[in-house]
Amino acid sequence: MLNPIDVAFKKAKNENRPALLTYTVAGDSTKNQSLIILNTISKYADILELGVPHNTPVADGSQIQTSAYRAIKNGIKIEDIFWIVKKYKKNKNSKPIILMGYYNMIFQYGEKKFLEKCKKVGVNGLIVVDLPWPENKSFIKKCQKKSIYFIQLLSPTTSKERLNKIIKVSHPMNYFISMLSTTGGKLKVSSKKIMSNYFKIKKINPKKNVVIGFGITEKSIKSLKKADGLVVGSAICKEISVSIQKRQNPVTNVANLVKKLKYKIL
Amino acid sequence: MKLKKGIPLIDQGNSLGFWGGKFGGNFVPETLKKPIEDLEILFNKLKKDKKFIAERDKYFKNWIGTPTRFIKLENLTKHVGGAQIWSKVVSDANGGAHKIYNATVHCLLAKRSGKKIICGDTGAGYAGKMLSMAAKKFGLKCRIFMGAKDIERQQPNVRAMKKNGAQVIPVYSGSQTLVDAVSECMRFWVANCDTTAMCVGSTVGPAVFVRICGWSTSQISRELKAQLIEEFGCIPKKLKLYNCVGGGSSSFGFWNEFMDYDKKQCEFIGVEAGGPAKSRRHAAPLTYGSKIGILHGAAQYVNQNSDGQIEETESISAGLDYPGISPLHCFLKDTKRARYTAASDEEALKAYKLITKYEKLRPSLEPSHAFSVAIKEAKKMSKNTIVVVNSCGDAYKDKKILRDRLGKKYA
Repeated sequence: MLNPIDVAFKKAKNENRPALLTYTVAGDSTKNQSLIILNTISKYADILELGVPHNTPVADGSQIQTSAYRAIKNGIKIEDIFWIVKKYKKNKNSKPIILMGYYNMIFQYGEKKFLEKCKKVGVNGLIVVDLPWPENKSFIKKCQKKSIYFIQLLSPTTSKERLNKIIKVSHPMNYFISMLSTTGGKLKVSSKKIMSNYFKIKKINPKKNVVIGFGITEKSIKSLKKADGLVVGSAICKEISVSIQKRQNPVTNVANLVKKLKYKIL
Repeated sequence: MKLKKGIPLIDQGNSLGFWGGKFGGNFVPETLKKPIEDLEILFNKLKKDKKFIAERDKYFKNWIGTPTRFIKLENLTKHVGGAQIWSKVVSDANGGAHKIYNATVHCLLAKRSGKKIICGDTGAGYAGKMLSMAAKKFGLKCRIFMGAKDIERQQPNVRAMKKNGAQVIPVYSGSQTLVDAVSECMRFWVANCDTTAMCVGSTVGPAVFVRICGWSTSQISRELKAQLIEEFGCIPKKLKLYNCVGGGSSSFGFWNEFMDYDKKQCEFIGVEAGGPAKSRRHAAPLTYGSKIGILHGAAQYVNQNSDGQIEETESISAGLDYPGISPLHCFLKDTKRARYTAASDEEALKAYKLITKYEKLRPSLEPSHAFSVAIKEAKKMSKNTIVVVNSCGDAYKDKKILRDRLGKKYA
């Protein structure tokens, strides 16, 4: 059976466009609201990344930090995150879910128990920001046993030799970090440069899907549309923050933003 | 889990950088893998390079000022009545604390790697002050990340950093203390690792930073060993080395050369920050049995909740106010080579009052924690026991806190 993540990429390819991946923080700004957001944006996005908020996030810029701190402050716990996924997966239009977070949360929960729970509620993939290769060697095997994709991160600093090694052991989806930055940084390299790096990675194993993320906004998304998939995170988190500030409905505003993003890549 | 003899502790980690198979490592974002690997290659090469060591020693001697004094606290010994109480006055070092050793080495490494900018974190402000001094000395641009709460309570060091031309960046996230400063500094490095070197201010962070810092502060115990032999003709039969432990850089450096001695002869006592007596919060993960977790790239005992969120700490001393602890100390605890305990804010203040009453020594609030326990335990020890406390920082930076808590007389 195909992992729903593969199905999503296939569908986008058939429509001759990149897959649209969104990132929102679980529990931002509340448990229920983040569930409603997932349900609402499912209409436009192909794969949903759900951030597991952590209070010492070493790779996240200010937008995602703000979302994460807000969610933690509003009491989100790891069990609530599983609840959100479980509820969301009951939606018949649900999309593949990727949990993205930091390793300590998994470590404290217990790797085995965490994966069992992921499987049970319907998580399709995992991104663990601070568990790079080769540190992730044993964990990726455990993910494989549960048919959950462990998505490897690749960076402009990753050497050619390392790229080869990582892609060899990687699952069918990888994540290319567009530039040297935390999440949500200003795009400081040209789209052309990013795509040229992207194609170098793609060439190593064309069968594996590679998405690009970090710094992608409404403005820049179109110029990267040759990729297999594009991730927008900080721009969405920012939309939630701004909506709260202006006392507007985050759900409507985020839905509108995702809709716009989708039209840019059609 | 066992300590090996004859191999420096910093080199006892496995190929993935774990001490005892489980402490340390490199839990870092992919972007940092390459810069960390580059730094490892450079450090492993240079620490064996005689020319580099000579260069290091030249700056340690002529610029930092070595050796720092080793003195007997005669009046305090008389007052306490028990073991002989001595102090290694590391605050004699240029800048007023042990942080200068690590800062100097990191700047030397940055120069060798061709980096023009160096960034660093700071809690009490000493790591930042020293890095700003060393950066100035070696012609590097310097950025220091510091929690907004610490900026407020450690003003003298903030002024010093600015005077040295460093850019001090306040960190407003989380508890606004050291833990957040380290996170923000790592984020900055993630985004700028092509042009910038990073200095982690203690024996924490990804494995290579633990090793570089430990290698640098070990100067303290190299000096002490020679001074003990000069004073007593040999290493005393009963030697007790007391040191405060926040991240663990000064204590590791204070103990390293004595690692292979039997603990019955050379005992190591690490004193963590117990926080206010009436508070549940503390910065003493070893003393209070915190669970192992991942913080700032390394597995270590760390204050956290059941979900794995890092818990806020509380301590009067900004330099000890850190929820985690060096993997080296986790290893020393589990192998039982060192013993760890905690002193409260109030106990540290009491010790400070007592020392300044009897001696011409003004230890900062961090070593005052170590003095507190040393004084308490020295009472019950024989006269031929040699207690040495590392006075690793000067109280000048604590002026405001001392005035608020003890009155003008002590500030």
